Amino acid sequence: MPSRHSALVRITHWITTLCFLALLVSGAEIVTSHPRFYWGETGNNLTEPLFKLPIPASRNLVPTGYGYVLPDQNGWSRYLHFQSAWIVVFTGLLYIVSGLVTGHFHRNLLPARCDLSWRAFSTDVVRHLRFQRPSEAEVWSYNLLQRLTYLFVIFILFPFVIWTGLAMSPAFVSAFPAAVNVLGGQQSARTLHFFVSLALVLFLLVHVGMILLAGLWSRMRTMITGRAATPRAAATRPGKTMERT
Amino acid sequence: MSDPLLRKLSRRNLITTGIAVAAGVSGLAVAARIAQKYGLVPPDHGGIYGLGETLTYASQRLLTRHSFAREFSRSQISKRPFPNEIPPPSDEFKRHQAARFVDWRLSVDGMVARPGSFSLDQLKSYPSHSQITMIQCEEGWSYIAEWIGVPLSQILQAVEVHPQARYVVYYSIDPDWWESIDMADALHPQTFLTYAMNGDELPVGNGGPLRLRVPRQIGYKSVKYITRLTVTDNLKSFGKGLGSAAPEGGYAWYAGI
Repeated sequence: MPSRHSALVRITHWITTLCFLALLVSGAEIVTSHPRFYWGETGNNLTEPLFKLPIPASRNLVPTGYGYVLPDQNGWSRYLHFQSAWIVVFTGLLYIVSGLVTGHFHRNLLPARCDLSWRAFSTDVVRHLRFQRPSEAEVWSYNLLQRLTYLFVIFILFPFVIWTGLAMSPAFVSAFPAAVNVLGGQQSARTLHFFVSLALVLFLLVHVGMILLAGLWSRMRTMITGRAATPRAAATRPGKTMERT
Repeated sequence: MSDPLLRKLSRRNLITTGIAVAAGVSGLAVAARIAQKYGLVPPDHGGIYGLGETLTYASQRLLTRHSFAREFSRSQISKRPFPNEIPPPSDEFKRHQAARFVDWRLSVDGMVARPGSFSLDQLKSYPSHSQITMIQCEEGWSYIAEWIGVPLSQILQAVEVHPQARYVVYYSIDPDWWESIDMADALHPQTFLTYAMNGDELPVGNGGPLRLRVPRQIGYKSVKYITRLTVTDNLKSFGKGLGSAAPEGGYAWYAGI
């Protein structure tokens, strides 16, 4: 029986999941030490922020309006953040290279030209907004909205979150100053890093929500073992353009 | 039945996987030895975060050995350089402050031909250099200032550092605050013993009378109130052997990121 997801896709998916959760927790911890955001090169407690997060801080010089200071967690958070970043970068490279070699992107993620229409797109959006359960065919293939979202996350959001992260590193930008200059400065890079991370969290929430809608256990089992709940033959019906192998 | 085929396949898979794992492990071992040989392993490489720390330090050291921290124009200097929270000054520091730091001394020892000490005036007698660079804290805030001082490399040259030296350990008057950098950073032209800022004396809040500026690393490597330098080829005998006070407090030794 063929696998719905190749072993490589499944393994890189779960490593990325673990790393992303580690990056999220450690990133949130780091942000609490200075929950203020700026635009441009510099910003500190003496300058006007672009915006502030309404949370207490883990440093007592930050004017938060709260009467207490959270414990400092930056040490292990930074260690964990950068280690997870390394692992997710290597995992991502493995995924991208193998995806190109095996035709995974072409076969499973790139929408067919005939599927790319506003009509198909809006139909998919409406189906999602109505929280309709996906059809049987979608057990074996991604719908248009799903394909575009995954491509956006893989090729836009992940590269951008890595770039904005590197743009905050004083050593990295000493070798590649353009990496931060084109973003408008080091504090701009930090602010952008925060927003791209938020976009990734939004993706995670919708992704998990859709899995709950489609059937948590069947989809989890498929992503862990590769076996789909519905045999491919049953999912492939004449007239469907979804199946494209 | 397909059983024999399956068995054959799985045996082949097993062998392939075995070879791949063996190649991976020996590749890692070779990489670790090369990294050690070329000084690409940070002193805090032990523990669960050692992998990430080593990758960061090794890759940044290879990428940035000769690169320069970004310098800014005079108009980009922050209007109010943020003086971060500092521990309450000791009586010893207060005495120095009351005497306007006339007796402040920087001692230099370790792997040098001529150990000794420098007064602030002696440091100022060297040609002064300036740089307009950013200091950024691991917390997330930053400011830009003009830092004026003498490149550390000039002092290291004056005391004649032994060729086998690998690190410079530097101490604050605050006994809990000491750091170290490798020779690539110690000899870097932007690594300054800073005694002035924005055309004036270096304020105490920003590290006066003497701060070691390491602009290619995060702010906590730019230790304030420097009183002593020790040149060494091994960090094992300093503190807990992790390289500096930062890893003892849970923070990374290398802070280029």
